[in-house]
Amino acid sequence: MLWIKNGIVVDPKNKINLEKMDIFVKNGKIVPESEIKKGDCRVIDASGKLVVAGGVDMHAHIAGGKINTGRTMRPEEMRVVRNIAGKFRASVGRVLLTAPAIGYEYAKMGYTTSFEAATPPVSSLHTHEELDSIPMIDKAALPVFGNWHLVFKCIEEKNIEKLKALLAWAIERSKGFGVKVVNPGGVEAWMYGGNVKNLDDQVPGFGVTPREIITWLIRANEGLGLPHSVHLHCNNLGVPGNYQTTIESIKLAKGFKNEKRQVLHVTHVQFNAYSGSSWRDFGSGAAEIAKVVNSMDNVTIDMGQPIFGHATAMTGDAPFQFTLHKLLGARWSNKDTEVETGAGIVPIGYLPNNPVHAVQWAIGLELGLLTESDKVALTTDYPNGGPFTEYPYIMAMLMSKKMREGELKKVHQYVQKATNLPSIDVEKTLYEVIHMTRSLPARILGLENKGHLGIGADADIAIYNLNPLETDFSNEFEKVYKAFKVAEFTIKGGEVIVRNGELLKEVYGRTFWVDARKKVDLEVVMQDVKNYFQYYSLQLSNYGVEERWLKKPERLEVV
Amino acid sequence: MEIGGVMAVVVELITGRTLDQGATVEEKLTEEYFKAVSYIELNEEDFKQLNLKEGDRVKVTTDFGEVVVFAKKAELPKGIAFIPMGPYANMVIDPATDGTGMPQFKGIKAKIEKTEEKVKTIKELLEAI
Amino acid sequence: MQDIVCTFCGSVCDDGEYDLKKKSVKKFCKLGSSKFAEKERIKAPMIDGKEVSYEEAIDKAVEILVNAKRPLLYGWASTANEAIRLGVILAEKLGGVYDQCASVCHAPGTLATIEEGIPGGTLGSVKNRADVVVFWGSNPMEAHPRHGMRYSISAKGLLVKDRKQRKVIVVDVRPTKTAKIADIFIQIKPGYDYAIFSALRAIISGNADAVPSEVGGVAKEKLIELADIMKNAKYGAILYGLGVTQSRGRDRNVENAIKLVQLLNRTTRWIIWPMRGHYNVVGAGEVPAWEVGYQYAIDFSRGYPRFSPAEFSAVEVLKRRDCDAALIVASDPVAHFPRIAVQHLKRIPVIQIDPYPNMTTLVAKIVIPSAVYGIEAEGTAYRMDCIPLRLKKIIETNYWTDEKILEEMLRRVEKFKG
Repeated sequence: MLWIKNGIVVDPKNKINLEKMDIFVKNGKIVPESEIKKGDCRVIDASGKLVVAGGVDMHAHIAGGKINTGRTMRPEEMRVVRNIAGKFRASVGRVLLTAPAIGYEYAKMGYTTSFEAATPPVSSLHTHEELDSIPMIDKAALPVFGNWHLVFKCIEEKNIEKLKALLAWAIERSKGFGVKVVNPGGVEAWMYGGNVKNLDDQVPGFGVTPREIITWLIRANEGLGLPHSVHLHCNNLGVPGNYQTTIESIKLAKGFKNEKRQVLHVTHVQFNAYSGSSWRDFGSGAAEIAKVVNSMDNVTIDMGQPIFGHATAMTGDAPFQFTLHKLLGARWSNKDTEVETGAGIVPIGYLPNNPVHAVQWAIGLELGLLTESDKVALTTDYPNGGPFTEYPYIMAMLMSKKMREGELKKVHQYVQKATNLPSIDVEKTLYEVIHMTRSLPARILGLENKGHLGIGADADIAIYNLNPLETDFSNEFEKVYKAFKVAEFTIKGGEVIVRNGELLKEVYGRTFWVDARKKVDLEVVMQDVKNYFQYYSLQLSNYGVEERWLKKPERLEVV
Repeated sequence: MEIGGVMAVVVELITGRTLDQGATVEEKLTEEYFKAVSYIELNEEDFKQLNLKEGDRVKVTTDFGEVVVFAKKAELPKGIAFIPMGPYANMVIDPATDGTGMPQFKGIKAKIEKTEEKVKTIKELLEAI
Repeated sequence: MQDIVCTFCGSVCDDGEYDLKKKSVKKFCKLGSSKFAEKERIKAPMIDGKEVSYEEAIDKAVEILVNAKRPLLYGWASTANEAIRLGVILAEKLGGVYDQCASVCHAPGTLATIEEGIPGGTLGSVKNRADVVVFWGSNPMEAHPRHGMRYSISAKGLLVKDRKQRKVIVVDVRPTKTAKIADIFIQIKPGYDYAIFSALRAIISGNADAVPSEVGGVAKEKLIELADIMKNAKYGAILYGLGVTQSRGRDRNVENAIKLVQLLNRTTRWIIWPMRGHYNVVGAGEVPAWEVGYQYAIDFSRGYPRFSPAEFSAVEVLKRRDCDAALIVASDPVAHFPRIAVQHLKRIPVIQIDPYPNMTTLVAKIVIPSAVYGIEAEGTAYRMDCIPLRLKKIIETNYWTDEKILEEMLRRVEKFKG
C-alpha cells in the first residue's frame, strides 16, 4: 500500500488541474482512502511536487525484427554505456537501445506504457520475445494490415464481414492490439519497384486503391468496436507536397462516429506535412493540416517530432526507405515480408544547420502548437525522429515561446520563411502537455486504466521534482526540461521502481492484446485464409502466437 | 610433380558441408561420421597423377598442418580438392581470421601425396592435437 | 503428429509428420530424418567421466565459471531462444565472453550488414516473386536439401507458377549437386568472388570497358550475359553461402554483393540473403542483439557488452588463450574449430551442455545432457530468414532442457555474486 501525500496533481481525464491531493494505492491500483490503512502505507511525501500518471507512448519502435536489424547494423549506436551490470542488467545505446535499456530509460523518465508501432503479423512472435525482454513498462504491438494480400482480397470482394473476421483472426493470431496501416498499397507496389502516389492509384496485382484500403479498414475496425482506431502512416511520407495527401486521408474519417474515441489516428504527421514541390522549395504544411484536424471531431494525430542529433529511419514504408538510401547515400536494409508487408532501415541524423532538417524540426513543433491539445499526442516516432528520452525537450518547447526563440537562433534561417514557427505565440499549459503525454494517448489507444489517476486506474504514477504552482513555464524552461528528464519517483503497478534516475526495482509489465473473435464468425474468412496460405512459406497451423508463450499477457476481450 | 622423390600435386583446398557429414553430425563418435569426414576428393587427373586407387590414403600438407585422409575421385576442376568440414579438414586450414573471427576454411594451398600412413580415428586425431 | 518443425538446418521446414509408434519423421530430408532418428545420448551428467546428478554437475560447473577470470560461453545455434537469452545474461553476470556459431559461418554477413545494411526478404518473397535465383557459394542440395522445393527452385508461388518461369543460377568453384540441377552454372576460381561482384557492378552501371577479358576464371562475355539476366529479372534473389563468407575476402565479398544488389534495385527488384546453416543460428545472434546490442563476439569483462570480432570471437579468444574456462552449449567446437583453437580447449576446463556425445564431449570436464528441442522440448527458433517458428514437444523425457539447466546455473551465479 502506498500513500502519496500532498502532491500537486494534474490529471486531465478527471479534470484535476494543480490540486493538492493525496493518492492511495493498493494491489497495483489507485483506490479511495477508505480502502487503505494509512498506518500500513509506505508514505511518499510529494509536497511541492508534481504528481501525474505515468507517461503513455502510443507510437514507438521498440521491439521486433526491424528494430533488431537496426541494432545489428549500427554497433556505433550500441557503444554508449548507460548502466554497468550489477543488481540490474547492463544497459547500452545512444538513440537505439537494447531491450533492458528501453525499459530502464522509459522508467527513469516517468513513462510506464509503450506501444510498438508496427509489427509484421508473421513475425509477431519475435516482436513479443523482444517486448517480453523490456522491463518496467506495460506494452503492446500493432500488427500491420495496409499491404496484406488477404486484406486486399476482402476489399476486392467488398465483403465487410470477411474483412472483420480477418482482422479479428489476425489480431488474435499476432496477439496484437489493433489495426496499423503503413503506406497502404505502396509497400506492395514496392515489390515491383514502385510506390503509390495518390489515394486512387491502383495497387499492382489487386483491384484496390489506398483510399479503399483505408476506408474499408476503418469500417471494419469500427464494426468490430476495437479499443483503438485505425492507426495510419499516410502515403507519400517524406515527399515535398505530401500534406495534401495527408489532408485527403484525414478526410476519409468523415461519416464515421465513435462515442469513446477518434475513428482515425494519423501518426507522425510531421513526416507527412510538407509543402512545396521539391527539396528546393520545401516548406511547412502543418498549419493547413492542423486546421483540418481541429475542424473534425473524430481524428487525432501524433507529432513525430525530430530531435537534432542521431536517429534511425525504420518503418514498414519500404519504398520510402529505399528513396532515403538513394538521397543520402546511406546504408540501407530492406525486408520484403511474405505476402504481408515490408520494412526498411536507414541511419540518419538531424542537423540544425541543414535547412531541410530545420524545417522538419519546426514542422513537428508547429503541429504540436497549432493542433488542439485534445487531438495531438506527443511522440518522436522513436527512433525515426529521435530518442524518446527527449520528450521533456518537446514538452518544455511547447510551453515556452522564449525557449523556442532561443532554439530558432541556432537553426538554419530557411525556417523563417518556410514555416510559421517563429510567429507562433502559443504556449501550451502544463495541463495540456500532461494531457498530450498521458490521458490523450491512453484514450486514443482505448486504455481505460492508463494515463490518469482516478479510482480504478493502474497505479502507474510519476512524481517530478517541480512545483508547478511556483514555476514560470514560459521562462524557466531549463528547470522544466531537467525536471521531466528524470522523475523523482516512478511507480509502476504500485511498486516504486526508480528514484531520481536510480533504478530501485526491476519489474516486468503486461503485454496487452485484443480478442475480438466473439464479434465475428471466423468461418466466414477461414477458407480464404487456408487457400491463400499456399503463398506463405510456412504452415497455417504454425502461424500465430499462443498466449502461454508470452510472459504476462493480458487479454482485452471485445464484447 | 616430384617433390623430394615423391609424386605430389599442389591443389587449392576447399572444405564444406556434405549430406553424409550433415546426417551424422550428431553422431560424431560413430563409424558413419568417421567415414563421412575423413576423406579428400580429388579431380580425376590429379588422382591419376598420384597413382591412387579408391581407398588409398594421402597426406595433405599445408602451411598450417598435415593430416592423412582417404582419397576419392570426384567431379572437380583440376587443381581443386575438397575435404568435408570436420576435424580432419581443421588440421590443415588457415586459422587466421584477418580480424573477422572467421578462419579461412576455403581456398588453402595444399600439397597432396600418396602415403602408407594410417588415417587416425577421431579419438586418435584428438589426442594428437 | 502433423506440421512438425524441423530442427536441423536453416530451412526449418515445418511440414513434417511424426510417427509416434515408429519414433521417426516423414517428409523431412536426410538431414531432418537423421535429426529425428534415435541415436546415442549422453546418459547422465558427468564430472570427470563419473556419473553425478544434475544438481551436482551444475554446482561444479558454476564453481568453475565464477572462479574463472574469463569464461567463454559458446555455441547456441542449435538451441531455443529461451535458452540463448539465459546464456547471454549468464555471460553478462560472469563477465565472460559470449560467442556463437555464426562466428565460423555467416558472421561475415553481419560485418557486411554493418558496412552496408542488408537488402533482403523472407523466403515467401523468393517463392512468390523470384524469377531469377542465384545460389552463390551455396550448395543447398547438400546443406539445405528441401530449400529448393519449398522456397527457391521448384517452389511455385503467386507470380512464379512453374519451374520454367524461374532461372536458377549457381556460382561456385566446383560443380556441386546444386550446380547439376541449375539452369546455368558459372565456375569461378576460389577467392575471386569479390572481383566478379565488382565486374558485375561495373557492367550493370554502364562501365563494361573497365572489365578485363577474364575475371576469376570467367570470360567477360559470360559475365555480361549474367549481368543481363540480372538486369532483366523482375525480382531476383542472391542466396549466398559459405563459399562467400569463408573464402578470401570474407565480409568484403558479402559487402560487394550487397552493393551489387543496391545497384540492381535502382532499376528492378533484387534481394540478397544468407543461407544460414543451423535451425536457430539466427536466434543465437538476434537474442544477444536485443539483450546487449550485438550478434556475436561479445565481451562482458568490464560489466558492459563490447563487440570486437578480432578480439572476442571464440576462435580468436582460444588462439590467444584469452579464456580460462568454457561453457559449450549445443555445439561442437572441437570438431569444427581450427586445430590451434582446439588445443586450448584441451587445456582449460570445459563444461558441455548437449543431448548427444560429440568430440567436445571427449575433452569436457563436466558433461550435462539436455533434452532435444523440437522433439522433447518446446521453444522458439528463428528460421534463416528470421521468421519465428515454435518448436514442438512431441515426446516426454527426463532430460532437463537447456533452458532449465541454464536457469539453475544463473540462479546459483546470482546467489554467489550477491
